[in-house]
Amino acid sequence: MDNNQFLSDWGLTIMVFLPLAGALVMLLIPRTEEHLHRTLALVVTLATAGVGAAVLADFDYGASEVMQFVVNKPWIDVINARYAIGVDGLSVPLIGLTLLILPLCVIYSWNHFPEPRNPKAFLILLLVLDTGLLGTFVAQDLILFFVFFEVVLLPMYFLIGVWGGEQRQYASIKFFLFTLFGSALMIVSFLALFFVTGGETFVIQDLAALVPDSDISRLTALLIFGGMFMGFGIKVPMFPFHTWLPDAHTQAPTVGSVILAAVMLKLGTYGFIRVAIPILPEAAVEWAPYIGALAVIGIIYGALACLAQTDMKRLIAFSSVSHMGFTMLGIATLTDFGFNAAVMGMVAHGLITGMLFFVAGSVKERYHTLDIKRLGGILLKAPRMGWILGFTAMASLGLPGLAGFWGEFPAILSSYQPAPGLSDVTFRVYMIVAAVGTVFAAGYLLWLYQRVAFGTPTEEFAESDIPDVTIPEWVAWVPMLVLILVIGIYPNLVFHVTEGGSAALADWVAAMGS
Amino acid sequence: MEDLLVNQFLLLGAILFCIGVYGVIARKNTVLVLMSIELILNAVNINLLTFGALMGDVAGSVFALFIIAVAAAEVGVGLAMVLIIYRNRSSVDLDDIDSMRG
Amino acid sequence: MLDYAWIIPLLPAASFFLILFFGKKMPRKGSEIGIAAVGIAFTLALATNVSWWDHVDNPPAGHEEVVEGESAAVSAPGQEGEAEEHETVEPVTQEVTWFESGGVDIKVGMLLDGPAVMMLLVVTTVSLLVHIYSTDYVGGDRRYTHFFAFLSLFTASMLGLVIAKSTLQLIVMWELVGVCSFVLIGHWWEEKANSDAALKAFITNRVGDVGLIIGVILLFWTVGSFDILETNAAALDGSVGHSTLLIASCCLIAAVMSKSGQFILHTWLPDAMAGPTPVSALIHAATMVVAGIYMVARLYAVFFEGLSIGTSSFNLLALVGGVTVLGGAGLAFVQNDIKKVLAYSTVSQLGYMVMALGIGAWTAALFHLFTHAFFKACLFLGSGSVSHAVHSFDMKKDMGGLRKWMPQTYRTFVIASAALIGIFPLAGFWSKDEILAGANQLGGSGHYTVFMIIGIVGAFMTAAYMTRTIWYTFFGEFRGHGQPHESGPRIVVPLWILAALGVTAGLVNLPSALAPDSGALRFEHYFEPKGNYFPAVNFSHPEFSLAIAVGSTIIGLAGITLAYLWYFRGLGPHGITERNRAARAGYTVLLNKYYFDHLYTDIIVADVKGPIARATYWFDRNVLDGIVNGTGRFATVLGRFTYERIDQQVVDGAINGSAAAAEGGGQIFRQLTSGKVQQYGALLFGAAALFAGVIILFV
Repeated sequence: MDNNQFLSDWGLTIMVFLPLAGALVMLLIPRTEEHLHRTLALVVTLATAGVGAAVLADFDYGASEVMQFVVNKPWIDVINARYAIGVDGLSVPLIGLTLLILPLCVIYSWNHFPEPRNPKAFLILLLVLDTGLLGTFVAQDLILFFVFFEVVLLPMYFLIGVWGGEQRQYASIKFFLFTLFGSALMIVSFLALFFVTGGETFVIQDLAALVPDSDISRLTALLIFGGMFMGFGIKVPMFPFHTWLPDAHTQAPTVGSVILAAVMLKLGTYGFIRVAIPILPEAAVEWAPYIGALAVIGIIYGALACLAQTDMKRLIAFSSVSHMGFTMLGIATLTDFGFNAAVMGMVAHGLITGMLFFVAGSVKERYHTLDIKRLGGILLKAPRMGWILGFTAMASLGLPGLAGFWGEFPAILSSYQPAPGLSDVTFRVYMIVAAVGTVFAAGYLLWLYQRVAFGTPTEEFAESDIPDVTIPEWVAWVPMLVLILVIGIYPNLVFHVTEGGSAALADWVAAMGS
Repeated sequence: MEDLLVNQFLLLGAILFCIGVYGVIARKNTVLVLMSIELILNAVNINLLTFGALMGDVAGSVFALFIIAVAAAEVGVGLAMVLIIYRNRSSVDLDDIDSMRG
Repeated sequence: MLDYAWIIPLLPAASFFLILFFGKKMPRKGSEIGIAAVGIAFTLALATNVSWWDHVDNPPAGHEEVVEGESAAVSAPGQEGEAEEHETVEPVTQEVTWFESGGVDIKVGMLLDGPAVMMLLVVTTVSLLVHIYSTDYVGGDRRYTHFFAFLSLFTASMLGLVIAKSTLQLIVMWELVGVCSFVLIGHWWEEKANSDAALKAFITNRVGDVGLIIGVILLFWTVGSFDILETNAAALDGSVGHSTLLIASCCLIAAVMSKSGQFILHTWLPDAMAGPTPVSALIHAATMVVAGIYMVARLYAVFFEGLSIGTSSFNLLALVGGVTVLGGAGLAFVQNDIKKVLAYSTVSQLGYMVMALGIGAWTAALFHLFTHAFFKACLFLGSGSVSHAVHSFDMKKDMGGLRKWMPQTYRTFVIASAALIGIFPLAGFWSKDEILAGANQLGGSGHYTVFMIIGIVGAFMTAAYMTRTIWYTFFGEFRGHGQPHESGPRIVVPLWILAALGVTAGLVNLPSALAPDSGALRFEHYFEPKGNYFPAVNFSHPEFSLAIAVGSTIIGLAGITLAYLWYFRGLGPHGITERNRAARAGYTVLLNKYYFDHLYTDIIVADVKGPIARATYWFDRNVLDGIVNGTGRFATVLGRFTYERIDQQVVDGAINGSAAAAEGGGQIFRQLTSGKVQQYGALLFGAAALFAGVIILFV
């Protein structure tokens, strides 16, 4: 690989820790200097994006299945934990997504911080969140991974708990404890892996190489995978561990919801393809049908729950459950197509649902309510916002030509022929259920759009002056809208990057798992 | 000296000592307690003189003289204290003097 | 030109974006961009057609493709010199890699063969005429620019669909036309009925799309590619099993049902009339709804082998088509809204096309598609012209005797109706006749006679309900308000053009019995595919049958006559539906559209989005969340118990207890310091005695 040497050694580390450094600087600046805080946060996130872009530009896309920009240094010698980081084709799109979303969130918040204001604290938490997210995507050592995985919990807890809606206390505690519960099981699994392979290393690639030679009983492997399944599955969120999501989303401030939906949920699915499946492919093959079942149940269940919602944000939250079902189905097939579909689905969902939450936040700000019964005729009052909502709704229901289709269709496609060792019949049933799920998706999204955007405004707002999209909103939204369209027309932007990694992983599973 | 006589003297000393101890511990009147202390001291004197006579050592008698002198001084101070106590509390009942109680 | 035909869809696509961003600033509000784009597309389509005819008549030597990029067409060895029917006509293809996934290179490209070229012409012609018509009809509308933008996008998507090289591309374009349909049906979305109709259209189509997706996926995995040519070739050479083809066909038939308004997924089409009339003409009569038929025509090898069309006398495709013919025609009788009559008529005619495909009369089906596009569009635009004059679509209430004031509209409407009914020598006669002949001659033993009967009955009903429509609209007393007047030239001229096409379009496929060789069966000659990707075994063409031709004309005339007598002369058992219970029951069933809408909207949809959705959410809140909250509450109770009982009472108790013990001990020892001299003295003596004793005894 011909990566620039400095970039190769320091690029990822700088990218991950720059936001944290920015946060530390912001700590020193007094609280009243709001404009300085905002500017600094924007500069830091853009700089991080810049560093990230340099790294990604230097990435060798022809060898995307190989881990690049690797740094592997001793860290905590007592437990053999190493500072091991690297990126390959599977993590590149997600890193790109994170790098894009954070500056957009800062821009969106420019003029409207939610109550109680305190931009300093808000932005510092966002920057810490940025570090945590980026760190998780680059970490290649289980302890390091775990640290970053948990680091994202605290800022989000505070974001929801301080700047959230009326029931923010309940929502933030529920979110924190629920996901922590999963993480507790996950760390037990990690430790078990450590010990069962001889207590030498936590580095993911080394563990994956050690596992076939270590004498791990089938039951142990299943249980270890189960622990990781809980940790990641709760994050995804998979049915039936999803109940923290609607409350967290409904109560969180707009930017919090966007980051939660766009990036944080991906930590779960990413964990499956980075950690769980490569290290324990045999157990993965045994677990796959059940994961697939829960995934398709989630698709239908999430869609049905959407139809019963009266709050717009809660509806979008349940739609996340439904969409992540497609991603998990793709993963459950353990095939090349499936993994590609999953990563594409992650990126597409991140952009699309992030966009939906942005719009919901803007609606909330203008109408001070998200009650669907009280909304209506947005296309009349704020036509551009109505258009953007329509565009995003179409993308969300999987309209070809927009990004969402490439997350759903390949997942359904891959279900027809799952990996060797998996039952064709089972997965074809899943395929049919998932295809039916697309009908539901059209149903709840268009019904929402009809009630909220079409028609005429309700009496309550008939006379109100609703401002249309403002400049910070445009600046924040246009990149995402453009990407949704561009990826939709030319999905190779993502597929080309993930193809190598997906193929390698699928081959690994096929070789080890049967 | 004859052993029989020595025993008599020692016995006298012991009896006087016990009467004195009884008086010190069990009597309420402070003057009586002082008198009992004198009794104890004199009993000790007798003891000392007896053993001095028996050993033919003059140290016993010297010691006894010392004790008589000390006893006298001590009685003088003791009675002075009793007088002061009586002036302050109008009573010389030992049971009432317990302000050093912990 | 053939190699560059892929430019044709790009023109309206570009105009979509241009109109969206710049339309409002243009002098004619963006319609000029749309018309220009479609106009150029039409010209290019004509040029493509001419080039194609040349290509068919003079195939390139050595069967070498004149292509760029990779071609996926598997060319058969040269068979020139044999009878014309076995000649191969090479399609013109272009391809470029779209993306790679799963180790497979997914390509996007253009497949230009007979049906594609024909559809290019039809779509651009009708679209151009509709564009011109709309400048008058939709003039002054609140969303004029927006309308033209989406009209352009629709045209682009439809054109993209017809030249799609792979089934994946087909799916993409299929859904895009669906979205355009959604947007245009709901054009006046301020009124809930319109947005309801739009949702109904989209979601019903989505249901059918499930079949499309699964069928395409099934074919992809068994053929190994999305490519249409490869798929067809694989179906014909036996590399795909029969049962797979059968299942795939059935799945794809679901898609046809929804997109082409076949029973049982037809319910959205009449409701779609809520959109502006030009939309109904373009999308829901001439072009989008035929996408399903086109898809079957494109993948015909799959259906032909899967359903054994060439050798059986009954199959699912024909059944669906046949039921639709009769069902749609029946419903057309009880409509008062002129557009709804035409909508059900469209459903019925689409049924003819599907039925034709089902019985193996491929060319007849596409020929009927071709002719139907023109005269149905003419009828719809005519109804629009009428509504423009009387501001209503209700025939019974607001129309009548309009032939006095709207002679042009009247004449074109009558000509188009005659074409639809199939009066010799108008277009519908030739196409419908071929279908009926095919039903009689093709297929296995017994042929598809049942479907011929259905076709004839359908023809009778078509004649009757169209006569009824003409009566209510153009004859009798005027029942509306105001003074209706003929529409302007931008409306009337397209009407005449379409009417003229309705008259002449049939002549392109004259049977060889009635015309010299160079003039006969031109449609079939130029547009029917010949190659290893199109069925040849058990596949044949219907011969012209004088009996059927005469017979169907007589039936058609009978239908007209009976309707004439009933409506124009008032003869027959009028009011029978009030007197006769059976008649009334039948009438009620028709009025309720066979209760399909009731089943779908009131029962299925309402239940799903009502009780079922609410039950799911209740389960989520009370059971799942109940467990979570219960765990939280249990943890709190456990914590309180631990704190109050164990921590405060046991652990702290031990600590406090030791403190109490210490204090108690202290209190006991306190008694030693009584302050009493005598006690101290006693203690002293005691201690001394003890000490002395110890010394004497042990020392």
